[in-house]
Amino acid sequence: MSMVLEARGLVRRYPGDGAPIRAVDGVDLVVEAGEAVSVMGPSGCGKSTLLHLLGGLERPDAGELYLGGARVDGLSETRWAVFRRRNVGFVFQAFHLVDELTAVENVELPALLVGVSRRAARHRAMELLERLGVAERAGRLPDHLSGGERQRVAVARALINQPLVVLADEPTGNLDSRATGDILRLFGELARAGQALLLVTHDARVASTADRLLTMRDGAIVAQTRLGAGTSVAGLLAGLAELGGER
Amino acid sequence: MSMRDVVLSLLAKEPAHGYELRQRLAQALGPAGGALNPGQVYVTLSRLERAGLVEAREVAQPSQPDKKVYELTAAGLERVMDWFNDLTWSKVAPLEFHLKLVAAAATRLTDPVALVDSQRLELLRELRQLQELALRESPDSDGALLLEGASLRLQADIRWLEVCQQRIVEREAR
Repeated sequence: MSMVLEARGLVRRYPGDGAPIRAVDGVDLVVEAGEAVSVMGPSGCGKSTLLHLLGGLERPDAGELYLGGARVDGLSETRWAVFRRRNVGFVFQAFHLVDELTAVENVELPALLVGVSRRAARHRAMELLERLGVAERAGRLPDHLSGGERQRVAVARALINQPLVVLADEPTGNLDSRATGDILRLFGELARAGQALLLVTHDARVASTADRLLTMRDGAIVAQTRLGAGTSVAGLLAGLAELGGER
Repeated sequence: MSMRDVVLSLLAKEPAHGYELRQRLAQALGPAGGALNPGQVYVTLSRLERAGLVEAREVAQPSQPDKKVYELTAAGLERVMDWFNDLTWSKVAPLEFHLKLVAAAATRLTDPVALVDSQRLELLRELRQLQELALRESPDSDGALLLEGASLRLQADIRWLEVCQQRIVEREAR
């Protein structure tokens, strides 16, 4: 497996009352191609800041960041923006859809920006909307979509350029269980296609699909665990033990 | 819940022999049925017979040994109706973990935050297994419905663990 993302000694400080607060405090992290990693930890532990740093939305105060083998922490704003468009997909709670564009136009926009033909972009955009169960909303403006539909459109937009890394912050926050299932299936395919996924979530169903769980506390990664596959049925369903009981 | 009620309720549809009841139970439970001891249905049937809740009758089979077909008695049917009307719900208040956490905070023999982390990991593993099982089930089956119930309960427990952790972190910050 090849390494898609690597962070070394990443630090991000915010001004505090006295000393600056270290929101991200020396994070070392490697994510392989096809790997899904879930970041957990109490609110304020630095999860979201870490995601922002990894996607170049914020700049680290110290440390190194490599994406797809290239060092990116020193890139200028402009070059970061270009690199990001092609290689990083964001799925964040605030959707940032363009209000004046229809759902499908929003989705295809990042593809057009990197020079994909209109036809190919539209084809791929519709395919993604289809997979996420919102194809019939393709022609609507964001204002005429429900919260959950907007979110799915934002997911489709994040995936259209088949980025190396998908960074997701609460990707299923507004979604019912069916739409969550659609997104989880799509994320599963990312992995098979060799894309890496890093997500911050409180949704246990989403977290449990990750290959690896990182636990953060006070800006640092304090534990890394592989979830691994298991299929043992015995003892899985608590109520069943009671079935044996006699009254 | 007792196995007796379950077997009686399975038999309430129509008279059946033990093997048919086992199949009905397996169908209702889906993958969860894997944890069940196959002999349990037969043992329960003979206990129910002794208790006068079912009656057995031998049915001759041309090429195989006679089989026993069981039928509910009036008392058996009454017990099934009692079961439907009984509102007992299996309690899953996570009492034991709660007490562990209180003890950890008081004694500092272990870090309460880490305790929550390991427990959450364990539950996430279980949830992952449930989801994998659910993927293999037809979504309309009775088994899938039971898995969904188990999964929702686990998710609630995991959410509670997060609340625990947030509380501890806030206390430590004070």
